[in-house]
Amino acid sequence: MERTWNNKAWFMVLPVLLLVAFSAIIPLMTVVNYSVQDTFGNNVFFWAGAEWFEEILHSDRFWEAMGRNLVFSAIILTIEIPLGIFIALNMPKKGWGVPVCLVLMALPLLIPWNVVGTIWQVFGRVDIGLLGYTLRALGFNYNYVNDPFDAWITVIVMDVWHWTSLVVLLCYAGLVSIPDAYYQAAKIDGASRWAIFRYIQLPKMNRVLLIAVLLRFMDSFMIYTEPFVVTGGGPGNTTTFLSIDLVKLAIGEFNLGEAAAMSIVYFLIIMLLSWVFYTVMTAYDAER
Amino acid sequence: MARLEETTADGRTLMRQSPATTEAQAANVALARKMRRRGEESRFWWLVPTIYIIFLMLPIYWLVNMSFKTNQEILGAFSLWPRNPTIANYMVIFTDPSWYKGYINSIIYVVMNTVISVAVALPAAYAFSRYRFLGDKHLFFWLLTNRMAPPAVFALPFFQLYSAFGLIDTHIAVALAHCLFNVPLAVWILEGFMSGVPKEIDETAYIDGYSFPRFFLKIFMPLIASGVGVAAFFCFMFSWVELLIARTLTTTAAKPIAAIMTRTVSASGLDWGVLAAAGVLTILPGALVIWFVRNYIAKGFALGRV
Repeated sequence: MERTWNNKAWFMVLPVLLLVAFSAIIPLMTVVNYSVQDTFGNNVFFWAGAEWFEEILHSDRFWEAMGRNLVFSAIILTIEIPLGIFIALNMPKKGWGVPVCLVLMALPLLIPWNVVGTIWQVFGRVDIGLLGYTLRALGFNYNYVNDPFDAWITVIVMDVWHWTSLVVLLCYAGLVSIPDAYYQAAKIDGASRWAIFRYIQLPKMNRVLLIAVLLRFMDSFMIYTEPFVVTGGGPGNTTTFLSIDLVKLAIGEFNLGEAAAMSIVYFLIIMLLSWVFYTVMTAYDAER
Repeated sequence: MARLEETTADGRTLMRQSPATTEAQAANVALARKMRRRGEESRFWWLVPTIYIIFLMLPIYWLVNMSFKTNQEILGAFSLWPRNPTIANYMVIFTDPSWYKGYINSIIYVVMNTVISVAVALPAAYAFSRYRFLGDKHLFFWLLTNRMAPPAVFALPFFQLYSAFGLIDTHIAVALAHCLFNVPLAVWILEGFMSGVPKEIDETAYIDGYSFPRFFLKIFMPLIASGVGVAAFFCFMFSWVELLIARTLTTTAAKPIAAIMTRTVSASGLDWGVLAAAGVLTILPGALVIWFVRNYIAKGFALGRV
């Protein structure tokens, strides 16, 4: 849409600007403050320069948490994106099945995140949970509390359960926007099922898929509540992702300098990814 | 690709040449229906959504199942459904103020946050969808970064900020803190809906002598009513599901139900039945309102960009 140049529009944006500045910029400045200062208590601070940043960038603990988080995000994306496309392709397109599918599939997205954690914590327990009990009965030595592998599987299945529907809903929104004429043309041409997917459906889903990938990456990159409730970051540190580590450092150990430096590094990565997201979106909007 | 585009054009010309009799239309409809069925090789397509929905519902069913059992039954015998269904667990929640106040607290700050977010986002979204101004793109991008910001980064600074203002353990503190990600979300969603309204409507209204506030409330708001509803729903939802910030900013008086649940797990001897009942009650609000936004839910999650 053609938009007119009007600097008075700033007044309409002002409330948002003030509100978000209050809840974003002031806290961020606190973080920056802590990241360049050191203290021995009593609210006496002195300049520490880039010390905390050096410490965090040389700390194995940070890089291990980062590595775990990247592996987690990669696994999540490789499972959820293809699975989401597959389910969206098989969704009903008409009739009573559509609203029923949409509502039931969206349900996990609306559950408070710690309740998601609680649901899976209970579901996976070997004494009272359906999943844990069944796996035990089938002869698997499943125990997400002590076994790192089982803990990872549980957290991943939980995330697939929680968020695959987001990919499904986005892909479905892309699919229903394809006019019938495209399918009729493909039928006349005798196109195979694969060709229809590759040349008609996939190009139409491009945009929503990009949104899905970026959103899923961002959200899995800052996941906190669900794995925290299920495993508490354990066993050992094996499911301690970046956010869990950061909260441990800041609130558990009250190591403010290091936590602040870590926050800044973390936030810069998120900024970079948001920029990718924004560029992609505006490029698509310009095409529209 | 090129070949297919050609045939697309062919298909269109073909359809245009054919006489617009009811017969041809019926044939087209039949063809479309056949295409919807995705060919003969996938007659069992319905299996996929069915299996997926069963996978989604099983853990939820297990929670509901547990919420109707006594603690002895949960720990004593493994059963797929409650043998002696009881509502005692729900009664505990509805009669104990330390439980049901959690729900009231959650609802208070969530509603406050929704009202604030949508109210400030409306004019801003209008500005972004209708005007260009100095720094508009940077501002829009900056809003997005706040939607993407990890709550873990903000937990401690928020605590210190709201302590300095003496707002710890108040509903407004949580409501304002959740604005961090909900205001950008509301702006993005509303901008998406507003950009779908042709600009000519604004211009005609101004020519007809409408003032801006009158135009906005009388003409524009009804046109984007569904957008406002969707934005409000998503603000409500993201404030409802968030726990880390809400828990950090509250101690007792404004503690959300979700935080009360975690406390029960760790401290008071694991009352599984009550825990399950509390969990079921936190799912209900989402389950109740989801029906109204089912057609817009993808748009909302995609920040208004579908």
